[in-house]
Amino acid sequence: MKILPILMITLGLVTAYTTLAEQTVNTGGLETIRGASTIDQTRKADRLKRVIKDKNPIKRNYVHQPPVIPHQIRGYRVDTNSNKCLTCHGWKYAAETGATKISLTHYESRDGKTLSEVSPRRYFCSQCHVTQADAPDLVDNTFKPIESLGND
Amino acid sequence: MTKESKIKNLWEYLRSPSSAALWFILAIGFTGGIIFWGGFNTALEITNTEEFCIGCHEMKDNVYEEYKETIHYSNRSGVRATCPDCHVPKKWTHKIVRKIAASKEVWGMLTGLIDTRDKFVDHRRVLAEREWKRMKENDSLECRNCHNFEYMDFSEQGNRSVKMHSSALASGEKTCIDCHKGIAHQLPDMKGIENW
Repeated sequence: MKILPILMITLGLVTAYTTLAEQTVNTGGLETIRGASTIDQTRKADRLKRVIKDKNPIKRNYVHQPPVIPHQIRGYRVDTNSNKCLTCHGWKYAAETGATKISLTHYESRDGKTLSEVSPRRYFCSQCHVTQADAPDLVDNTFKPIESLGND
Repeated sequence: MTKESKIKNLWEYLRSPSSAALWFILAIGFTGGIIFWGGFNTALEITNTEEFCIGCHEMKDNVYEEYKETIHYSNRSGVRATCPDCHVPKKWTHKIVRKIAASKEVWGMLTGLIDTRDKFVDHRRVLAEREWKRMKENDSLECRNCHNFEYMDFSEQGNRSVKMHSSALASGEKTCIDCHKGIAHQLPDMKGIENW
């Protein structure tokens, strides 16, 4: 009977495969704040958070904090052709639209020179300014917003 | 027979057809009319579908791809506005005028005016301005086919929307397209355009 060698080879392959698989999925006990996932798996995406709709300006928590966006920005393009944000927040239109004006620091180049247009390094609004969603904190946070900016 | 009486005879012949022939001709004219008119309208309606519009790669690979990311393609309630809903007037006479004007687009397709992405992007400002002008002139009629100002509930709108809709739009000073540019396709270079 040749069943023994076949059995042994199969068993060997299975053991080798499982140990190999175990090695690749070994995360070393680490988890990201988005939950555990391994490199060989595609984690199921979280549900998309609902962006809050059109509120009044939200208070800042510390000096020099880029103010957050209190409205939805779906479909607002910011690219070389157009900047949707500036059609309200630009100085030219802010009075008419009632939007917060962009800070004058946005007109400064990185060498501190003041330009006549928004500086390219400040052009892409959502690099610093982000929309808000009602979502639980991913990590514990004990930061207290400073009082001089009108926080309680 | 003299020439005059020949003409007279012919005139008499034409003036007095037998009654059966008269009904026959009427019936042919009637059915022919139905077939022609029905066929014409059916053909017209076929050119008024999304499938027809994206039959050319110029539309499919450029404007259609961009439109697919927007709210008029995909949204919470599943109501869609397809190409003709915004780009072709609903009223018959206006529709025919637009369709005749569109023969220029056929010429553009035959001559390959925008047959590559680069050509299309270079030409986008011209195309966009033509469409903005058209919508400005008809007071954004195609928008208003669905978005009727009379029935807008400001209490359901966001602060920003209420502010603009209750002032500039309500007074007729501005029309939809003045603010809502680039909502279904990407924008061209907006340098020098009012409010941009």
